[in-house]
Amino acid sequence: MTLTDAPVQAAPPPAPKRLVDHFELGLDAPICLTWELTYACNLSCVHCLSSSGRRDPRELSTEECKAVIDELERMQVFYVNIGGGEPTVRSDFWELVDYATAHHVGVKFSTNGVKITPEVAERLAANDYVDVQVSLDGATPDVNDHVRGPGSYDTAVRAMRNLRDAGMRNFKLSVVCTRQNISQLDDFKAIADEYGAQLRLTRLRPSGRGADVWDELHPTADQQRELYDWLVAHGEDVLTGDSFFHLSAYGQALPGLNLCGAGRVVCLIDPIGDVYACPFAIHDEFLAGNVREVGGFQQVWRESELFGRLRSPQSGGACSSCQFYDTCKGGCMAAKFFTGLPLDGPDPECVQGYGEQALEQRAAAADLPKHSGDHSHRTSPPRPRTGPNGMGPVRLTLSRREDLQAPPVSACAESPLAGFAATLAQAQGNDFDTKQSGADRRHEGGAPPRLA
Amino acid sequence: MASIDPDSTWTLHPQVSVRPEPFGALLYHFGTRRLSFLKDRTLLDVVERLADAPSARAACIDAGVAETHLPTYLRALGTLAESRMIAPRDAGERAA
Ligand code: SF4
Ligand code: SF4
Repeated sequence: MTLTDAPVQAAPPPAPKRLVDHFELGLDAPICLTWELTYACNLSCVHCLSSSGRRDPRELSTEECKAVIDELERMQVFYVNIGGGEPTVRSDFWELVDYATAHHVGVKFSTNGVKITPEVAERLAANDYVDVQVSLDGATPDVNDHVRGPGSYDTAVRAMRNLRDAGMRNFKLSVVCTRQNISQLDDFKAIADEYGAQLRLTRLRPSGRGADVWDELHPTADQQRELYDWLVAHGEDVLTGDSFFHLSAYGQALPGLNLCGAGRVVCLIDPIGDVYACPFAIHDEFLAGNVREVGGFQQVWRESELFGRLRSPQSGGACSSCQFYDTCKGGCMAAKFFTGLPLDGPDPECVQGYGEQALEQRAAAADLPKHSGDHSHRTSPPRPRTGPNGMGPVRLTLSRREDLQAPPVSACAESPLAGFAATLAQAQGNDFDTKQSGADRRHEGGAPPRLA
Repeated sequence: MASIDPDSTWTLHPQVSVRPEPFGALLYHFGTRRLSFLKDRTLLDVVERLADAPSARAACIDAGVAETHLPTYLRALGTLAESRMIAPRDAGERAA
């Protein structure tokens, strides 16, 4: 689950700054708040960003969750992105959804589809304030189930069918782009169209269990280019949660804010109430506080020292001399952090290839920072994830569209009078490098490896 | 985007929520699930006055918009109308 997919547009009048400049300084309340209600999950996806599986006994109670919702209402948080784990396995899930929407906090939740029966679908379709995001990471069962587990393709498709049959329109079909499914982008689009859903593509990040499989699943350089061309061709039809702004260095900027929103417009509340700068950054370095503390979420959002630092001006470090820095901004903070790269340098998937160079030079992988709190299932033997007996190849039919020469997507509103254009996908985008929060503190701690 | 007619009457769309921010305001439409922003406080003031004003122009003037800037604000309102953040008055959901 990731951030917000709401397109944003600017309404003009005279204003000296670009909106993105304001966003970098932070907002009174997050735009893209992810709330992982539980670490419990019926699946064990190999790339789970939150290392979910088992419920954490310290999980927020129903009453505590309602208190958080009351607070979000007071702060006028428009909606929350609920995820997990599989949030629908919480017995009070529907109660909390109803409570949130009755209190003017919209809900978008991510699910693998396990609980989306025809009855539930009816109920969801009837509530304007609820949106659903069904996860599918392969357009065919072989590709999907390889990553998400046996039977998960059928579960997702059944959920989508139920949603469509109930009259739910424009729910999201959410795909994490991997080496194995980049060739299926057109097929994903066709599936989304078939079910009246909107396709949402997001980036595989080395977070949670994603760190274990990132080396073998993250798209190759050629695939990144293919993905970029495809995104440009599809413009605002396809949501990305601002996931791919590091690809802007290939040419024109993709629709979106092109900004790392961590702690600025994005944050995560985890199942036990811990507040992190970003759902992809579950690590003590990015822990801002806990909603159970006096002052609650609002105080953490507005006063935490970490968020204050993330909102102060950042410098691009090694990237600042790059001609693409203005749109790429050095890429994703979390991706750098969990691959052991300096936060004020290139993204591991830098389209110029600097990230790969940096990865080659970095210290031993054993020293990489570890996700805080592994909730993976232990009852069943974990599936092999790497090595010769690991993921193994998936048979794919490669195809490429001939019509990729797309119309240009309008650039963000550079001019204050340019009207709208800045489609912010989910404010999940990101771009800065938390120099101080990340790099410098890591230097102090001396823990993670760094470039020679 | 087209400007709105200065004599027309508007209101915030009933499904839109407005949150003031230091730079202006954020608007969220629960129906279209779109987020928009108002880049300055004056525009926010204009938008908040729309529902009770006899015309869009009056809302602007009351909010202190200078005559010379009127076209800019009417264009901004045009943008908001296009994205259904504001709706013609008395027409309610019709615009949606
Ligand atoms: S060098 Fe840095 S700014 Fe330039 S493309 Fe690579 S990651 Fe982006
Ligand atoms: S770019 Fe920033 S907000 Fe986006 S996933 Fe990476 S760390 Fe999080």
